[in-house]
Amino acid sequence: MRIIVCIKQVPDPAAPPSGINVDTEAKRVIMPQGTPPVMNPYDENALEAALMIKDAQGARITVISAGRNLAKTVLRKSLAAGADELILLEDASFEKLDSYATAHLLVTAIRETGEYDLILCGRQAADTDAGQVGSGIAEILKIPGITAACKVELSNGKVKVERVVSDGTEEVEAPTPALVTASSEIGELRYPGVKEVMAAQKMPITVRNGQELGVDVSRLKRLNLVRLSAPQGRKTECQFIGGETPEEAGANLALKVREAQLL
Amino acid sequence: MAEYKGIMTFCEITEGKLPSISNEVLGCGRILADDLGQELWTVLVGNDVGSLAQEAIAFGADKVYVVDDPLLKDYQTDSYVSVMEKVVRQVMPQILILGQTSVGRDLAPMLAFRLDTTATLDCVGLAIDPDTKLLLQTKPVYGGNAIAAFTCDTYPQIATVRDKVMSPPESNGSKQGEVITIDAGLDPSAIRTRLLKRVKEDEGGVRLEDASIIVSGGRGIGSAEGFNQLQELAAMLRGAVGASRPPCDNRWTALNRQVGITGKIVSPDLYIAIGLSGSIQHLSGCGQSKNIIAINKDPEANIFNYADFGVVGNWKEVLPAFRDKLKELLSE
Repeated sequence: MRIIVCIKQVPDPAAPPSGINVDTEAKRVIMPQGTPPVMNPYDENALEAALMIKDAQGARITVISAGRNLAKTVLRKSLAAGADELILLEDASFEKLDSYATAHLLVTAIRETGEYDLILCGRQAADTDAGQVGSGIAEILKIPGITAACKVELSNGKVKVERVVSDGTEEVEAPTPALVTASSEIGELRYPGVKEVMAAQKMPITVRNGQELGVDVSRLKRLNLVRLSAPQGRKTECQFIGGETPEEAGANLALKVREAQLL
Repeated sequence: MAEYKGIMTFCEITEGKLPSISNEVLGCGRILADDLGQELWTVLVGNDVGSLAQEAIAFGADKVYVVDDPLLKDYQTDSYVSVMEKVVRQVMPQILILGQTSVGRDLAPMLAFRLDTTATLDCVGLAIDPDTKLLLQTKPVYGGNAIAAFTCDTYPQIATVRDKVMSPPESNGSKQGEVITIDAGLDPSAIRTRLLKRVKEDEGGVRLEDASIIVSGGRGIGSAEGFNQLQELAAMLRGAVGASRPPCDNRWTALNRQVGITGKIVSPDLYIAIGLSGSIQHLSGCGQSKNIIAINKDPEANIFNYADFGVVGNWKEVLPAFRDKLKELLSE
């Protein structure tokens, strides 16, 4: 059993929103100083889904990440958590790639790594929120793709996925090899112990650049960023309702809500 | 090379009806079509759906393409991508718009890659760029901390529109339009994904999307039992229960109650946020509410930056008193 997990490195989305600024001139988002790079949370969910399959029936997990200035310490966390192999696609040209270019780049690397049963990606990245790379990989490789999984099971050459739809949930099945994108309901990535973190430091990492991969991403661009602006917040002046006790505050809130005719 | 022209929408069908989002998307398409001086087309995909064509015309479509086949009864990725690929290759619209629903966010990217173009999901604005005449696609990025506007160089330009960004247009029953049937031509062997079962979540009264009052809980609720208390308040106010992501991830409440970028977009008259910090991702889903009140023990919680009224305190102590007092006031 072989599983490939695609992981994007993103600035920590847990950074306080008040510290996030937009440079409209350079069309860049400026994160608060000291915001660390992390693995995209939905990609962590994807890795966790892979690890659950590995726990249950054994699997070799290959993690692939593409970008510029990848932080090895951040991505090594995937090895510490239980992945077997880490491949970094790193090149100065791999910055700010759109979904089309990213999917094609990852497919090039996936094709090099040999046979696989399942590819897992996060449903979307915390920075671009594009939500397309997984579907793109499935389409390019001409394998079935199932998105936004909250549960993934692999058996007898089939992948069975539970996914959330607007009025409930559904269960979908596809023959492997297949691609599944993970949603947060899968659960958070397990926390590796100190021993695992130490061992991961010694594991070799494969690094490949654009030339080695034979990919010219400048020819794979589909989307142009025309403008980037700060959101117009619905900032309000909150009127705080107090009381001698929490119970009194609650009752006062009811009075206020009634008085303001919100109810 | 044949020319791409015309605006097309994908008309999602829910339980044999056109949901509001389908009409919102038609309204959005109508504006773009008028702006470009082109026609608006829509596609109805399903089983026994032809009768909806007239309604789509009343909501603005000039032409309705109907693809009717028993195999299309339920949305399934492979069959719908295959059918939409066929329609787009035949009709060649320069723009294709879908709703940002669980169907749209699955279908649009697959279809885009099948057609070797790209899609922009979750748009909060669509317009024609006056200079390039390309579709200017505006969407939140960084969880809603920034708003990006994109154009795409390849046709068709595909975008999904977020729920409730547009008001549905007025229905015009006297509007004329053409209905064209396209054969699904499905190759069963090309349908690899198979729907095994679908479990409908009983929302017990008001649907979250339609509720004018929403009682929503966050991580601070801490348990499924806690959500029972929210349900009690929601029932008393004839509202619906919502949630931020952590309660859904922890299965304290049904998965389809999530409000936010990866859940539902709501805009009730009153949003009561309890034990909910107010991440930007969550506020993207409820920030359009007319009024927000918040109960949270952390005075620095971001939700207070968006709330009209707030109580700083432990919800377990505040909520029962709030509910009881409200019950008393409402019965007067």
